[in-house]
Amino acid sequence: MSPKTSNQIAISMLYVIASTIVVILAALLGYIIISGLPAISWHFLTSPARAFTSGGGVGIQLFNSFYLLILTMLISFPIALGAGIYLNEYAKQNWVTALVRSAIEILSSLPSVVVGLFGFLIFVVQFGFGFSILSGAFALTFFNLPLLTRSIEEALAAVPDAQREGGLALGLSKWETVLHIIVPAALPAILTGVILSAGRIFGEAAALIFTAGQSAPALNFTDWNPFNMASPLNPMRPAETLAVHIWKINSEGIMPDAKAISSGASAVLVISVLGFNLLARFVGHRLFKRLTAG
Amino acid sequence: MTKILETHDLHVYYGQHEALKGIDLSFEEGGITALIGPSGSSKSTYLRTLNRMNDLIPNVTVTGTIKFRDQNIYAPQTDLVTLRKEIGMVFQQPNPFPFSIYDNVAFGLKLAGEKNHERLDQVVETSLKQAAVWDEVKDHLHESALSLSGGQQQRVCIARVLAVSPQIILLDEPTSALDPISSSQIETTLLKLRTDYTIITVTHNLQQASRISDRTAFFMNGEVIEMDDTKKIFMNPARKETEDYISGRFG
Repeated sequence: MSPKTSNQIAISMLYVIASTIVVILAALLGYIIISGLPAISWHFLTSPARAFTSGGGVGIQLFNSFYLLILTMLISFPIALGAGIYLNEYAKQNWVTALVRSAIEILSSLPSVVVGLFGFLIFVVQFGFGFSILSGAFALTFFNLPLLTRSIEEALAAVPDAQREGGLALGLSKWETVLHIIVPAALPAILTGVILSAGRIFGEAAALIFTAGQSAPALNFTDWNPFNMASPLNPMRPAETLAVHIWKINSEGIMPDAKAISSGASAVLVISVLGFNLLARFVGHRLFKRLTAG
Repeated sequence: MTKILETHDLHVYYGQHEALKGIDLSFEEGGITALIGPSGSSKSTYLRTLNRMNDLIPNVTVTGTIKFRDQNIYAPQTDLVTLRKEIGMVFQQPNPFPFSIYDNVAFGLKLAGEKNHERLDQVVETSLKQAAVWDEVKDHLHESALSLSGGQQQRVCIARVLAVSPQIILLDEPTSALDPISSSQIETTLLKLRTDYTIITVTHNLQQASRISDRTAFFMNGEVIEMDDTKKIFMNPARKETEDYISGRFG
């Protein structure tokens, strides 16, 4: 066979493989969105779920998902940023940091249901937080930390050493250099990592079933005192999220319109995650442009 | 003439390897000194001991003394932050921070706590003028420094150093990553600065050394072969190795 023919064959093979993936992805997304769109309405997005009658919505679940996401990020971002800065800027390359790095890798490959059961034992039972947003946020922190730390570390590592030398040569201390030069320079990449991991958290169900719980008590959206049980901000209330809701409807839903609600909720979930991805690209790109080309 | 910087019996080791083998050099205030020599002659290593940038590399040992205005900069009580403000550095690859041109130049002062906007504006303007890049950037001071050409970036980096008013400026092959036109602009800039600052530059470009420097030190294999007025080094060197290098017989 001539090199030209073998090249042609290789290229066509790659085209076939690539288009298979695209077709599968498009079919999956298309099916979820098309079957879910008819169920989505303002009423669906804002009203509480009903257990036995039709006409329920996913308002509380949607709010819970966002609230849980924000709480998880508030807990995990500072830790991941600190860990990423330490590992990339300060840590010496020795067996201790090698151990830390492999621990992070192992943690990132833990099945989320195991993280959920661990969170159940530690936060729900041992610490007595009960089924609550807080327990869920801590469990998701375990789930999120490895990947977020990793992406922040990589973002910092991508900043050229010339920037560090420039800062130090200006008489900045190492910490000032990291804080005022390296982190701002890495900000677009860090932000992309944060938003992508937000998408993962948003769609997570298994780790939440045993921690944030499977019930969504009615909320009073006029009560913003976090210490009241009916307040949306109360972190100690059980909070079923959108992803958990989908799982629950499909395993034990007895409302007449269960199928429509499940499809609608799935579409909302997928659209939100898609939104996070697009937002990540957009914000990262914008920030990068602002930092590089004015 | 007063000596602003002197090194005595300066040795630098990377692990077991001796990179500098006892350097005795002294620099007078003002003017440009060029450090020349073949690759691997440790002239950059020498330059980087002068503001202690070598401290950053693990496994480096420095012995001997470096006196900056009669103070040993390797003494334990030396404040690195102050030292590096007095002895600024410009690198081979232009390394502006990913901020605006204005913020790049004002950076050192802002971090030192200067908040007065008029004073910052004034320092930014003076520094950019001194670095001979003001006319090219004055209309877009608030655009990113990364949007400039390599030569402009390098002059902004020089302005960034000038803004913290150092006494000595170290340059580590400042033009080797630039095109000939940008290089000659940097050379013009340095010639303008030589009256107000003490400039020490490492260069691989012998013509550049002969064009801009007042004194030249020739490094080879971690030793200084000779240091003298640039004219003398290039016209009538005392040592045969220098002559061989200058005339292109090796290196």
